[in-house]
Amino acid sequence: MNRYRVAVHITPRRGILDPQGRTVADALHTLGFAAVRDVHVGRHIIVDVDAADRGAAERSTREMCERLLANPVTEDFEIASVEAS
Amino acid sequence: MKFGIVTFPASNCDYDAYQAVVEGLGEDAVFLWHKEHDLKQSDVIILPGGFSYGDYLRAGAIARFSPVMQDVIAFAKRGGPVLGICNGFQIACEAGLLPGALLRNASLKFVCETVQLRVENSDTLFTNRYERGAIIRVPIAHGDGRYTASDETLDRLEQEGRVAFRYVGGPADADEWWSPNGSMRAIGGVVNEAGNVLGLMPHPERAVDPLLGSADGLGVFESMLARVAA
Repeated sequence: MNRYRVAVHITPRRGILDPQGRTVADALHTLGFAAVRDVHVGRHIIVDVDAADRGAAERSTREMCERLLANPVTEDFEIASVEAS
Repeated sequence: MKFGIVTFPASNCDYDAYQAVVEGLGEDAVFLWHKEHDLKQSDVIILPGGFSYGDYLRAGAIARFSPVMQDVIAFAKRGGPVLGICNGFQIACEAGLLPGALLRNASLKFVCETVQLRVENSDTLFTNRYERGAIIRVPIAHGDGRYTASDETLDRLEQEGRVAFRYVGGPADADEWWSPNGSMRAIGGVVNEAGNVLGLMPHPERAVDPLLGSADGLGVFESMLARVAA
């Protein structure tokens, strides 16, 4: 068994109203970042997991996302990185 | 008739629900501890309001996996009546007992006020003591109450008469849809396909006596009594 650090990005699904992202975008506009088109606020989750190899670590984290970490109705997730730790 | 009220860590409306059943309705109620697999032969299960597990990750996401919930899910699948109020609605959605999800209020503010609900279907286990189209006054108190589902799901809910309550009573027109939390199609409460699970953000258990400002919520409990005890 090796230990891996898996990072997951969870974001509101496109098309679903994201009032938090919109509020942050408004604040950025107020600060003068006029080029900002859209902002989405999600979650970044880091999981330290023991697995046989990188693929197994990613597969098990993916299952964690499907079952608990992300809501399949309203959120999308992506495995951002898998690093040996 | 016996109501089983689940107590999760940080449930805070379990005693309100207890009072509504025992004092308001005059029936029996027992508390069910989240770590146990014992529904104590309850006829109805109430998932009460609160902030179970601190709303960590998402409201209801952790509670949904607590030991007692495995029994509640099995009870619901067998046709047992389950009433999910506020956090209980969020838990029921996370558990897959009801479609959709409840997201942060569109205003990003916690909303605590009495709202008007229109009874959209008076032929359910939970609403049969109301007139269809009746407007009732019930309090809400939540930060994550924006009902969200795909358009196909919403169409289906409407076609099948599964929207139990809608928020109405905007400033312009008393009968206009008006969503205090940004809920899609102003939906305040929905039932599952089999009709034995209701989830709603408003708190009927806090509106069971005129002293509380409204007794309009008692009808939900009377409806269950009428249908389940029959």
